[in-house]
Amino acid sequence: MTLLSGDPSRGRALQILVTLVVIALVFAPFLFPGAKAMNTAAKTCVMILLVASYDVLLGYAGIVSFAHVMFFGVGAYGVGLALYGLGAGWGALFAGLGLAILLSLALALAIGLFSLRVQSIFFAMVTLAVAYAFNVLASQLSAFTGGEDGRSFKVPAVLQPGFRWLDHPLFGVQANGKLLSYYLVVFVVAAAFLVLLRIVNSPFGRVLQAIRENPFRAEALGYRIVFHRTIATCVSALGATLAGGLSALWLRYVGPDTALSFSIQVDVLVMVVVGGMGSLWGAVLGAALFVVAESYLQDGMGALAGLAANAGLPLLPALFDPHRWLLWLGLAFVLAVYFAPLGIVGALTPPEGKGRR
Amino acid sequence: MSPSLETRDLTIRFGGHVAVDHVTCAFRPGELTAIVGPNGAGKTTYFNLISGQLRASDGAVLIEGEDVTRLSAPQRTRLGLGRAFQLTNLFPRLTVAENVRLAVQAEAGVHYDMLRPWRARGDLIDKADAVLDSVGLGAKRDLQAAALPHGDQRKLEVAMMMALEPKVYMFDEPTAGMSVDEVPVVLDLIARLKDDASKTILLVEHKMDVVRSLADRIIVLTNGQLVADGEPAAVIASPVVQEAYLGIAPGKAA
Repeated sequence: MTLLSGDPSRGRALQILVTLVVIALVFAPFLFPGAKAMNTAAKTCVMILLVASYDVLLGYAGIVSFAHVMFFGVGAYGVGLALYGLGAGWGALFAGLGLAILLSLALALAIGLFSLRVQSIFFAMVTLAVAYAFNVLASQLSAFTGGEDGRSFKVPAVLQPGFRWLDHPLFGVQANGKLLSYYLVVFVVAAAFLVLLRIVNSPFGRVLQAIRENPFRAEALGYRIVFHRTIATCVSALGATLAGGLSALWLRYVGPDTALSFSIQVDVLVMVVVGGMGSLWGAVLGAALFVVAESYLQDGMGALAGLAANAGLPLLPALFDPHRWLLWLGLAFVLAVYFAPLGIVGALTPPEGKGRR
Repeated sequence: MSPSLETRDLTIRFGGHVAVDHVTCAFRPGELTAIVGPNGAGKTTYFNLISGQLRASDGAVLIEGEDVTRLSAPQRTRLGLGRAFQLTNLFPRLTVAENVRLAVQAEAGVHYDMLRPWRARGDLIDKADAVLDSVGLGAKRDLQAAALPHGDQRKLEVAMMMALEPKVYMFDEPTAGMSVDEVPVVLDLIARLKDDASKTILLVEHKMDVVRSLADRIIVLTNGQLVADGEPAAVIASPVVQEAYLGIAPGKAA
């Protein structure tokens, strides 16, 4: 866990849990065969990057932003529209991603410099307004973005499911472009995550924490906190843009529901809180738990409801109806926040580690 | 020696109320000046004007001859103005060592270094540890700042200011709220700073025995005005202090 960051995750249980998630994700195509499992694993990877980059802002710098999904959308639309408009080539992919990154940086810089001087509640409102405007814009410019329907597009040939790079299966898995796509996602997410980890554990990262704890004091020490906050916003936006690009590449589709919906923003918030604010390892655990629950809770409940119905129990089949999975997820979230306000990481970190009272 | 800090006709008005009224005063290296006066005399406001937390309505603040009246608080900090706050002002959920390291890092100008682990900056860590040892907090470096007793928090506050290596130290009631046995530790710290002839020290303090034992010079503020300035013994004995500050009418002093 100390790779590149010099700051290990604390606590044996936490290290084991993170290691398990990492192993599961790295070997997912071989451990969990099937399209659904692979989709879940890829979504988990994308969410880890999205949540980790959000945590840089929320957990480390103490900035509440509702525009994170907008940067995700910029990345997704950048990659998606470039591949749709310019054809399925690597050049189009990188051009789209490059433009998306530039746009994200410009937006983050503008939002940061203009509104991080004001109180945090106003900053939150400004980000909400900007993100909403962006959402409406993406839906309205339907000639360009495909509107509500979005755009389906082709990805570069080697990433297409039909591409075979080995004649025989690899450990029982088709050696096709989908597998390459998956490992592209894993690789980029891992690299970006390690960069984020390095940033939060750098001297700069410590200043972010100081600003979160006491902005007035940080300023009195001589730090220009507006710049630090703006840089944090840019770093976070870059992470989200990259996650958006990967998401579009994996789905071979971009649309408001998968790239700009506010429910993604809410999900990200939930994942950060469940995982544990102020720890990037929390992002890994929160994202993994949430995405797996989202994908498999319905199956599990369906099975439970069937069991209950067969046993002739009243009420329970209705309660465990797969359509009510959000109810149970919500309940689990409330309990999690109540009993572990510092998230999974907070619950698993030994108290003496930080001298926490 | 030329003054390291100067205020010229420094004034601030809040509506019709003049909290600091044309205060002209110069502070020199190697000198510890105590600022005394009754509650509401404008001592802390005067400090806020000097350190930049408040902007002057009139007049000027100069650091080593340079007019800093228009500069922000962090800019003044970077020019060598260090301030310990009256109300403890720390990073509560960071460790004691991290608090000081942030000050060391600020002084070293390491503001935006984001691609190296902080542990790689052994120089910053060592310097922070040295400062912590000098204020006697070495053993508590891994505790959260919020978990420290009040006296230790004040010491940490002083340590953070020392880590900034300012030219001018400003203490605002450094012993306020401390238990009797904690007071001498902080006073000892200030006395040791005083030994360094290149440092200018300003001290707002209510306890007259503290002022007597530490100060080279006393200035008295009353209703925002500078009413006395000079040697401690002379100032304390002067009628204006006896009346305005100690509340004893002239002639009745023991």
